[in-house]
Amino acid sequence: MFENAPIIKSTKEFTATRNACKLCAPLGASVAFKGIRGCVPIIHGGQGCATYIRRYLISHFKEPVDIASSNFTEEATVFGGGANCHTAIKNVIGQYKPEVVALTTTCLSETIGDDVKMYIHEFERDNQSIKDLPRFVTASTPSYQGSHMDGFHEAVASATKTFAKGGEKGTHINIFPGFVSTEDLRQLKYLLSDFGIDYVMVPDYSETLDNPIWNTYKRIPEGGTPVAKIETCGTAAASIEFGTILNFGALSGRVKNNKLSATGAHYLENEFGVKNYRMPLPIGVKNTDRFIKALEEITGKELPIRYQGERGRLIDSYADGHKYIFGKKAVVYGEEDFVIAMTTFLDEIGVEVILAATGGESGRLEEQIRENCPERGEQILAKNMFDYEKIREWSIDNKPDLLVGNSKAYYIARELDIPIVRCGFPIHDRIGGQRIKHLGYSGTQDLFDQVVNAMIQYKQDHSAVGYKYM
Amino acid sequence: MDAFINDRQNQILTKGTDDAAIACGKASVAGSVSQRACVFCGSRVVLYPIADALHLIHGPVGCAAYTWDIRGSLSSGPQIHRLSFTTDLKEKEVVFGGEERLYKALISLIETYKPKGAFVYATCIVGVIGDDVEAVCKRVTRETGIDVIAVMSEGFNGTKKDGYKIACGALSKLIGTDTTFKAPEYSLNILGDFNLAGELWMLAEYYKKMGVNLVAAMTGDGRIDDLRKAHTAQLNVVQCSGSMIGLAKEMKEKYGIPFMKVSYFGIEDMSDALYEVAKFFKSDEMMEKARTLVKEELSELLPALAQYRQKLEGKKAAIYVGGAFKAISLVKALRLIGMKTVVVGSQTGNVDDYNLLKEMCDDGTIIVDDSNPNELSEFVKQTGADLFIGGVKERPIAYKLGLGFCDHNHERKEALAGYEGMLNFAKEVHASVCSPVWQFMK
Repeated sequence: MFENAPIIKSTKEFTATRNACKLCAPLGASVAFKGIRGCVPIIHGGQGCATYIRRYLISHFKEPVDIASSNFTEEATVFGGGANCHTAIKNVIGQYKPEVVALTTTCLSETIGDDVKMYIHEFERDNQSIKDLPRFVTASTPSYQGSHMDGFHEAVASATKTFAKGGEKGTHINIFPGFVSTEDLRQLKYLLSDFGIDYVMVPDYSETLDNPIWNTYKRIPEGGTPVAKIETCGTAAASIEFGTILNFGALSGRVKNNKLSATGAHYLENEFGVKNYRMPLPIGVKNTDRFIKALEEITGKELPIRYQGERGRLIDSYADGHKYIFGKKAVVYGEEDFVIAMTTFLDEIGVEVILAATGGESGRLEEQIRENCPERGEQILAKNMFDYEKIREWSIDNKPDLLVGNSKAYYIARELDIPIVRCGFPIHDRIGGQRIKHLGYSGTQDLFDQVVNAMIQYKQDHSAVGYKYM
Repeated sequence: MDAFINDRQNQILTKGTDDAAIACGKASVAGSVSQRACVFCGSRVVLYPIADALHLIHGPVGCAAYTWDIRGSLSSGPQIHRLSFTTDLKEKEVVFGGEERLYKALISLIETYKPKGAFVYATCIVGVIGDDVEAVCKRVTRETGIDVIAVMSEGFNGTKKDGYKIACGALSKLIGTDTTFKAPEYSLNILGDFNLAGELWMLAEYYKKMGVNLVAAMTGDGRIDDLRKAHTAQLNVVQCSGSMIGLAKEMKEKYGIPFMKVSYFGIEDMSDALYEVAKFFKSDEMMEKARTLVKEELSELLPALAQYRQKLEGKKAAIYVGGAFKAISLVKALRLIGMKTVVVGSQTGNVDDYNLLKEMCDDGTIIVDDSNPNELSEFVKQTGADLFIGGVKERPIAYKLGLGFCDHNHERKEALAGYEGMLNFAKEVHASVCSPVWQFMK
């Protein structure tokens, strides 16, 4: 007989993390760097880091994800990883002819105190004979600081700091979408184009991590934001940045008195006076309205008619579906900014989020949920530094009707015999995870239909007769 | 071929053109996007299927998160192995040490999950910050009464193969600790099968039909108490020789248990694995039972295979897998369904494996050690392969180029070993190679 894990009271404290609801920082940084055109990330650490991260990403994106490694050996660990770093850069240039090489560190290289910036400097100095040396960018991403989201935003911030230049103000805007699906990125681009807005999106992995079929193998997939575009971030009319937690998790538990991490948009505001509109991910009517309002305010343009129609139909469907979900209890989990936006959306359609949980470490989830769900926020248990086993144990005690989040909690839904609406990252047990739409009116429409249908199907499947009308 | 890594040239050869022996067993070249993982990965995959043990990964979160429920190794009972436990180290522990955190984590987990034993995996950073993992494990063993074994598998400390050795060292600490058990006549241990999709159960059933008893499986559907008894078996049969051969050699030296290398993939190798065991036990009756079993299985399997062979005859396959021993079996299994191997490689093969592959394959076949996406995509294009056999990381390469794909890695959900597995293999290859979807991609 298969035995389930023992049922443990959710109040028991464990020092260990059990089925972590987060990943390590270099993963996030690698994803972000994949959103720069012609960029090959190198993870400066052991071979396993790159391979595990590639495998994890491939299982979600169903795409080739080439990430090189500097292949630390014992020698490198003792004497420093400089030589390995140089060899890695050289071999990546030889094989890929990249426009950009992005170095992201690991717990190992950070702990031994490797100075990646210096290694790059040495490399550039010693290899001036190489024609078309790539541009370099680095991210400091020890996995003992924060989660993959902190790594992601660190990489975005670093790319912005490295490449953005000042100058005469333009009319374009910067958009920092955060870690969303490739379909979300495409939808955002369609929206901005239809709006007639000139934009720079950092990062944009909508193509690099979600390619059409190829006739010949492309060592570096097409797509991504060119460095030349990122250079213009400093002269934009404004930035829009999705997420209110961003990389605050990286600050938790810091021993060294490091400076506050800044995001890309935060840096541009301080350095070049580019006004930053920071807001939750546009999931749900309220959050999307907020995003659209900002776009209208910045550009003076009006939301194209097509999207007004989308908004109208979405609200129309809220009426059609509201009864099936009212008062249903949901557990939402995943990355902090995802959880905040998803909780706000569920709250506005009458689903009672009873637990909003994340492995993220900012300590600000509760405050943000209160702020975004003013009516019910008090009743939502918001938990930072939760893991899946805690979610499981809490759910066994508190009996939710629905789980909303990535595929990793499937085992909990299975054990509780309740539906799971798969969204976010990663989706490892279905195809199409990269094509899930979350953002904007149309993304919300997809999510709304799924949530309602999940509840209808549950009732139908568990009904004695199996009815044919809703 | 444009822009491969120069340092890797001697790790690639073409049968019939290159005479030099292939270079292998080397650390991966920096910047190569190797498909290999690390020392920790090697240890983790070998010990993972031991289902009633606690597996605690001592390090920051990544190593545990990426190996959570990663293998299709089934357990017939406890499922503790499918949980991912980590000390989730933070900067504080990196600066001041993680021993206390490790100790507390172990105590609370053991108290709750009541495992029969525990493995503590040291990751890269532990080797650098200097935690005395062995000492913590000893202390917890003393306090809880269960064996808590330190697996010193810092990722940078060699290759995946070194991780195998370290895992075998951990197993070896348990083997021989049950001093009262007497194994029945005709008993063996199965080494190097991980019970993916229930394969071990299939094999154990074959041996049972021949009158052979299984003492311990290493490590498929593994149990701590079985491992303790493993020294009482009369024979070790070793598959996936890359990971387990060291342990088999050690057991021969220490306990006088002879071993034989086997493979359970494909009809020939599977049948040999049964016959060789019967031969070893020098029992005519057992041999007769083995013959009957093979005959019965084949009388069903061969006609069932014929229809797939008809469709697949003359198609070309590329193989890139972890261990070269598996690659050898796959070349044979492909032949059985009419397919020709045009590319074959592995992450961890040794000289003997590659020599054998060279001997078996036709002229023009590319043989490669520790390859990467750039090379593999180039090789399949050059050779016009119709099928790629590999793991998750190779799958998108195949699909992106419009090739069929068969998952032969440790995540798969289909049993591919034994006679039933051979039929599954043919079905899967057929389903992918003969799918109509490729018409849109040529």
